[in-house]
Amino acid sequence: MNKPRAANETYRLPPPLFDARCKACWFTLGIVVLVVASFWSLDLQWAQFLSLDALRSMGNFVGEFFPPDTSPEFLRKVAIGAWETLAMSALGTGLAALAGLALALPASRLFEGHVARARTPTRLILNALRSIPELVWAALLLISAGLGPFAGTLALALHTTGVLGRLFAEAIENAPPGPGAALRNHGVGNGLVFLYATLPQVLPQLLSYTLYRWENNIRAAAVLGVVGAGGLGQLLAFHMGLFQMGKTATILGAMLLMVAMVDASSHGARRWLTR
Amino acid sequence: MDPVLRTAPTRDPAWQGRLFWLLAVAVVLWPLGVATEFKPWVLLEPENLKVTRQFLGTFFPLAHDSEFLSMVARETWRTVAMATAGVTLALAVAIPLTLINTRVLSISALSGRMARGPFWLRQAVRWLLIVLRSIPELVWALVFVRVVGLGPTAGVLAIALTYGGMLGKVYGEILESGETHATETLLRNGSSRLQAFLFGLLPTNAAELTSYTVYRWECAIRSSVVLGFVGAGGLGQQLDNSMKMFNGGEVASMLLVFIALVALADKASAWLRKVLG
Repeated sequence: MNKPRAANETYRLPPPLFDARCKACWFTLGIVVLVVASFWSLDLQWAQFLSLDALRSMGNFVGEFFPPDTSPEFLRKVAIGAWETLAMSALGTGLAALAGLALALPASRLFEGHVARARTPTRLILNALRSIPELVWAALLLISAGLGPFAGTLALALHTTGVLGRLFAEAIENAPPGPGAALRNHGVGNGLVFLYATLPQVLPQLLSYTLYRWENNIRAAAVLGVVGAGGLGQLLAFHMGLFQMGKTATILGAMLLMVAMVDASSHGARRWLTR
Repeated sequence: MDPVLRTAPTRDPAWQGRLFWLLAVAVVLWPLGVATEFKPWVLLEPENLKVTRQFLGTFFPLAHDSEFLSMVARETWRTVAMATAGVTLALAVAIPLTLINTRVLSISALSGRMARGPFWLRQAVRWLLIVLRSIPELVWALVFVRVVGLGPTAGVLAIALTYGGMLGKVYGEILESGETHATETLLRNGSSRLQAFLFGLLPTNAAELTSYTVYRWECAIRSSVVLGFVGAGGLGQQLDNSMKMFNGGEVASMLLVFIALVALADKASAWLRKVLG
């Protein structure tokens, strides 16, 4: 019996596995090289980590977490730490929203044909603020603000200013130009045009960006304390440094609970708003 | 009809509302300020001002001797390598969990309701992913530094666990939000789940999955610097050391390198994501 044949035999050839113009091949090759080089150059101690000894010490370590310390006075301390974390994130985000708005105005082109000389330098500043993480800012600020939540608040504010400033500038540039142009044609100045035409249009967007960053900042504030900048993180670093594992476990539980609560409420709020 | 003549009010007609909201904001902000010990004047105390000025004064000239620069180059590579190795291991965590977790690949769900066993398995995996990503990588790193000692191993493991949780969750969302018709047809006609994934689900979502992974790699570079602060090696650890020794020149150079690194990763990931579509 003859097998049916394809009308055009060449189509039955599999595509060549590699050719110099194949972007995906180069991409994959590049990634493989990067990954292999990474594993090869880092002196990872898998042997030490996966040995029976290490597993046993890991088991002991996890075992020490139990029972968590639930004495009322310690729980009160943790609650104060959690409140401090929450306050740091709220105040930091609030400050950042104000500073971000102040920097977003010079960082945006307000109307068609606006020269906006300050746009590039301001964006450079915003990028610099944004690319240094909160934790590094906190470590730097400890020098001039001292240990405690104040340094953490400022650190959150600085990093978030960079993030929000850029987002705000984008929102302002993308606002519908009609109302602003109408006012501007009547000779109204830039400041008033912003207050009465642009701001009312972009305000919901600015608020939603700010809330989103606040959510992120609660998570960030929980760990900022590890370098000494207040909140739950400071408690964690302190008690872990003293090998008080029961207390550490309580603090970790509080952190998890806080993150879960933030996640759940943001999920709920989003669902409620988009309903 | 007479036109009604109105004179402009002599005082702001909305003053009551404005005053109320101003007071309300103050009432809310006050306890926040107390809790965070918000005292900006601390920054301006002569003693603190002197320390700050001294530290900032040592920022210039930037440290640029060849020994320092080669150390910075080495540590920068270690930071990138830590992020890359961490994301690779995170993929090893996330891909199997995603395959178990994805609802679209459930055979029993084809006929309406998922069977009880698979349902609870999926629920368990979902909770595992939530726990993995809810613990910040810094805390994982703190824990692992205790177990495996100082060095990049702790950082890589921390990134692997947290990012495994994040990738697993988002992969699941991507796979379930796309077009699932082809996959369903494959499953209904008797293909295995792995086949349905490889020939139905993966091709439709490959671009989005890759671009999200690249984005996460960029985030991992940023967080691997931070992990250095708890002793996981790389640029962060050197930055921490220089800061503790008040060596402003070294701190400034490393901050600049770090900003450049982040900008570069940002550009690379934006380009890759554009190319991948």
